[in-house]
Amino acid sequence: MLKFEHVSKMYKGGKRAVDDLTLEIEKGEFICFIGPSGCGKTTTMKMINRLIEPTEGSIYINDVNIMDRDPVQLRREIGYVIQQIGLFPHMTIQENISLVLKLLKVPEEKRRVRAKELLTLVDLTPDYLEKYPHELSGGQQQRIGVLRALAADQPLILMDEPFGALDPITRDSLQEEFKKLQKKLEKTIVFVTHDMDEALKLADRIVIMRDGKIVQCDTPDEILRNPANEFVEEFIGKDRLVQARPNIQTVEQIMNPSPITITGDRTLSEAIQLMKQHRVDSLLVVDDRKVLQGFIDVEIIDQKRKKASLVRDIVEAELFTVEKQTLVRDTVRKILKIGMKYVPVVDDKHRLAGIVTRASLVDIVYDSIWGVDDMTKIG
Amino acid sequence: MDTILQFFSTYGSEMLFKTLEHLYISVIAAVLGILIAVPAGVALTRFPKGAGIVMGVLGVIQTFPSFAVLAFFIPLLGVGKTPAIIALFFYSVLPILRNTYTGVSGVQKSLLEAGRGMGMTGWERIRDVEVPLAIPVIMAGIRLSTVYLIGWATLASFIGGGGLGDYIFSGLNLYQPEFIIAGAVPVTLLALLTDLLIGKVEGWVTPKGMKKMREAA
Repeated sequence: MLKFEHVSKMYKGGKRAVDDLTLEIEKGEFICFIGPSGCGKTTTMKMINRLIEPTEGSIYINDVNIMDRDPVQLRREIGYVIQQIGLFPHMTIQENISLVLKLLKVPEEKRRVRAKELLTLVDLTPDYLEKYPHELSGGQQQRIGVLRALAADQPLILMDEPFGALDPITRDSLQEEFKKLQKKLEKTIVFVTHDMDEALKLADRIVIMRDGKIVQCDTPDEILRNPANEFVEEFIGKDRLVQARPNIQTVEQIMNPSPITITGDRTLSEAIQLMKQHRVDSLLVVDDRKVLQGFIDVEIIDQKRKKASLVRDIVEAELFTVEKQTLVRDTVRKILKIGMKYVPVVDDKHRLAGIVTRASLVDIVYDSIWGVDDMTKIG
Repeated sequence: MDTILQFFSTYGSEMLFKTLEHLYISVIAAVLGILIAVPAGVALTRFPKGAGIVMGVLGVIQTFPSFAVLAFFIPLLGVGKTPAIIALFFYSVLPILRNTYTGVSGVQKSLLEAGRGMGMTGWERIRDVEVPLAIPVIMAGIRLSTVYLIGWATLASFIGGGGLGDYIFSGLNLYQPEFIIAGAVPVTLLALLTDLLIGKVEGWVTPKGMKKMREAA
């Protein structure tokens, strides 16, 4: 659907920001451009909606050369999300979401309906429509930023480090949400980032660039398994190559399937005894159908033991979980980056299936360093 | 007290007339200033290199003594209200122009990029993004300029433009303090009231989202 043919961009002084780039992107594909700063990834992306015009070569969208299109018209057909979010502070959320529709002269009534409908995609209630951007958190603002790019049902969306300015936890949940959204809506997405984790997590194909040229363009798994050269290897980072062990793919395969749990109707002293018995400092709280409710730990018990007697009164529901099918490399990152001691693993009905702890990670690293023989046998 | 009442009974209706005349001169000059300076200020933001020069030249003109400017217009346009209004208009331009320029260039670049990337034309960006966001700064310029104009409009009397300046000049020439007061007090009141009124207008035209944002900050 999107095709680059020998595209180059030269700036004054003869610097080639993009150098003879040829690439084809399929419909519905999620492509990440990644590389060190100044590698030409953003320039490449901005040439697609003609914010920057190529010096040489041509770009085709659905076999139409974009240079034959009116740039304004072209941009209205392409979604655009930027790192700085760029919501207009003087417009309500509704006006922000439906701005492109307004430019396209869609009547007010339809714009309202569309904005409301889009808001449900990101689990925001309709009362947000009348709010102003400053009343929203950074994460919510960028959700609106993404919706704005979806408003006119654009088949192609450009994203310039959209989650780069968010804190790690918000970024993580937005990435997950967005990946789901993309699968559901079947958009073609061109995504620029400098965060390898983000690219590995989101992309169908990753385009690694350096000095305006493509170094490697492949699926995340293929890049992890067969980095094209030393630059790619270094760019990915050694620790991620460890995670790329092909025989361990999903969390289910590495998790501890029997974490220590407790139900809400037990007393706190029972909880303490259970912790002592198993030598752990926290317990996962489940109901009788094994649906995860939250967790308790020694600190919480210590703080609240005077006021409460049952586990359900003090259970902490804020808890990061991963699904069984999640790839190991994403979980590893959560544990390492957010600094969590463990991550509960749940199935699609939020029932507790197991737990991944730092100890499980040690096992992976151990295997990958000393278990080479085993690996070759399996592979 | 008696003197004041006597003064009012003799000159009351004339004073009212001169006040209206005064207001007329300054408001027309201010409106002309807004009509010219706001679009010109926006236009200047498209040529940042030229903007410095234009701003500098206008800054120099602003320093000319107002008497000199008024006198300068007599051979060109004669005497009366028109040359007075035109001269005052020149003075109103710079503050409005400068504020419009500053306000519009102060709009975050990321917002402009978002607008451009979403397919807004240059005109749509000006109308829907840049001007609404610059409104508070533009209005501050208009307010300042209009209040100054009301003060300066007393000079209109010097070239036969009328207004409350007539009283002040008569008072000065004839050494009659009551005339000076009869001119100066209404001018001051007028200026204060206008400031208050434009302050209100500023509140009405500032986009709601920005007001809320400032309250929150």
